[in-house]
Amino acid sequence: MSISNYPKEQLLTFYRQMVKVREFELRAINERRAGLIPGFIHSCVGQEATAVGACAALNQDDVITSTHRGHGHLVAKGGEPRYMMAELAARQTGYCGGKGGSLHMTDFELGILGANGIVAGGIPMAVGAALAFQMRGEQRVALSFFGDGAVNEGAFHEAANLAGLWKLPMIFFCENNLYGEGTPQDKQAPVKDLSIRAAGYAFPGVIVDGNDVTAVYEATQEAVARARAGEGPTFIEGKTYRYRGHYEGDPMVYRSPEELEAWQERDPIAAFRQRLLEHKFASESEITAVESEIQSLLDEAVEFAAQSPQPTRESALDGVYGDTHEGRVF
Amino acid sequence: MRELTYKDALNEALFQVMKADERVFCIGEDIGVYGGAFGVTAGLIEEFGEERVVDTPISEAGIAGACVGSAVTGMRPVGEIQFMDFVTISMEQLVLQAAKIRFMFGGKATVPMVLRMPGGSGTGAAAQHSESLENWFVHVPGLKVVMPSSPYDAKGLLLAAIEDDNPVIFIEHKLLYKTKGHVPEEMYTVPLSDTKVVREGRDITVVATSIMVNRALEAAEQLAAEGIEVEIIDPRTLNPLDEEPIIRSVIKTGRALIVHEAVKTGGYGGELVSRIMESEAFDYLDAPIRRLAGLDIPIPYNRTLEYHTVPQIESIVSEVKRIVRGEV
Ligand SMILES: Cc1ncc(C[n+]2csc(CCOP(=O)(O)OP(=O)(O)O)c2C)c(N)n1
Ligand SMILES: [Mg+2]
Repeated sequence: MSISNYPKEQLLTFYRQMVKVREFELRAINERRAGLIPGFIHSCVGQEATAVGACAALNQDDVITSTHRGHGHLVAKGGEPRYMMAELAARQTGYCGGKGGSLHMTDFELGILGANGIVAGGIPMAVGAALAFQMRGEQRVALSFFGDGAVNEGAFHEAANLAGLWKLPMIFFCENNLYGEGTPQDKQAPVKDLSIRAAGYAFPGVIVDGNDVTAVYEATQEAVARARAGEGPTFIEGKTYRYRGHYEGDPMVYRSPEELEAWQERDPIAAFRQRLLEHKFASESEITAVESEIQSLLDEAVEFAAQSPQPTRESALDGVYGDTHEGRVF
Repeated sequence: MRELTYKDALNEALFQVMKADERVFCIGEDIGVYGGAFGVTAGLIEEFGEERVVDTPISEAGIAGACVGSAVTGMRPVGEIQFMDFVTISMEQLVLQAAKIRFMFGGKATVPMVLRMPGGSGTGAAAQHSESLENWFVHVPGLKVVMPSSPYDAKGLLLAAIEDDNPVIFIEHKLLYKTKGHVPEEMYTVPLSDTKVVREGRDITVVATSIMVNRALEAAEQLAAEGIEVEIIDPRTLNPLDEEPIIRSVIKTGRALIVHEAVKTGGYGGELVSRIMESEAFDYLDAPIRRLAGLDIPIPYNRTLEYHTVPQIESIVSEVKRIVRGEV
């Protein structure tokens, strides 16, 4: 679909969300260096379009599962930077009360069934969520984000088989950034396009330019429509690239600066900004207004995190078991 | 005396054994060019090539299975699981296959494999990258479970594990990788199932595993200044356990404290307490045997909470005092 068919507001929202994801990451990286954030971070700088495009095609009550590189998914599904930053800073006010950190940061209220420290750990859970929706006859879908590395875990294959077999309302969203840690994708799988794996489980696999937010949005919309119509899952492979190391501090011995530069020339945010201007969807001043709005949001988030109290020592003992679920159904 | 870090001691062991024995190979995630998440296999790929330093996809069940299958067919694999937490994905191959093959098939096959993995907290990596799951393996006859606490033992136990014809779960500790100690240059083994008295003392026996041995040693120095002499024992191999030195020590001191990082409930401490209670040392006890272990919670992200979740030097000191002073 041509960009000219989109309402202007929606395009600006795409832009705002992508900038929010990126700037959040850059801020978090800085604050980690500055000492506010004690734990390690896997940033998604460069991969903003997959998170934002895919989540934009979901309703509020649809659910996602996320990964170790999950900050973008959380922002895109509605996460608030202040609670995210506070969690990274291990504060009581953070999304998980300082117990989770980057790897586990989530807000169940927003329909995010966890960021995940375990590669492929979220995929079988998404099957379960989709099964619950199907059982109750709800029009909801479960979208599972995972990396190119995750499709080599048994968990992925079992989940894909179940979803294909039961025609579950589920979307397998693979953010293929060409590397799993330091290992290039061609040393991890004998196929270049991971989406072809869907064929073995009898559902469609599609490839999209993961740096093009509208392409991601449209592919996800189509998959969501199939899922809601009871036609079963779709595997979407968004080809993209992470700019920074696997984790902050990664020496990145395994890839060339040229490769990185080539991808940076196709930057999802810069390219989209350009398109907005070219098609006169937004003026330079409207765009910079969005950008500075995000900067103030993040200033506030960092301030909030820094001012927040540390969790009490006793709080460590809470929440191992709970009967405070209050029968909530997500 | 030459000093090496725990990590370099392991690296040297792998290097030497791969030179000496063509059947030995390493297999795991990002162990090649990347050198492993903690650098234990650094440099091996340059020396031995991709055929013997095998990078795998992210497939922990596959890694364990590849070790089992290649071991029963004549290789001596050394697998690496990046973080001990992920070995939960390998469990079937280890527990239901590797551990049982020799017995089930009437002794006709052996499984000479080693699976290395770093456990433990203290890195701010939260609940899914900080597990201490050694007792899962202790509970499975057929598996050997080894936890070195010093660079010397790391090298010697790894070489012994590789030489052993049984599947060995080899548990390293992330915080120990950078610790230094004397390590001979030549190849040597530290026998499996050989419990070590690390420090002698008359007042209380502290049985500690992995990094807790080091913390207990520091605690013992502080306690010595107050006139309390602690005997520290490191089982090194948790199963099969060489229990005799522990029992002998408790007979001597009349008191025992078990210290481990894994959560208390269902932990190795319970096993050790039972071994002591079932032995002749029972008659010599002057105080209840105590366990100092991880709280029964997942490891929290916040560094202060994380710190207080597992035994530290201070908590060992105060627990020893309470026992010795008859306050418990
Ligand atoms: C089960 C499991 N194995 C290994 C790891 C260690 N690990 C964390 S991220 C990662 C690479 C993941 O690659 P990919 O799925 O492509 O995601 P990306 O990091 O590229 O976003 C690995 C091996 C883990 N967290 N969980
Ligand atoms: Mg990847």
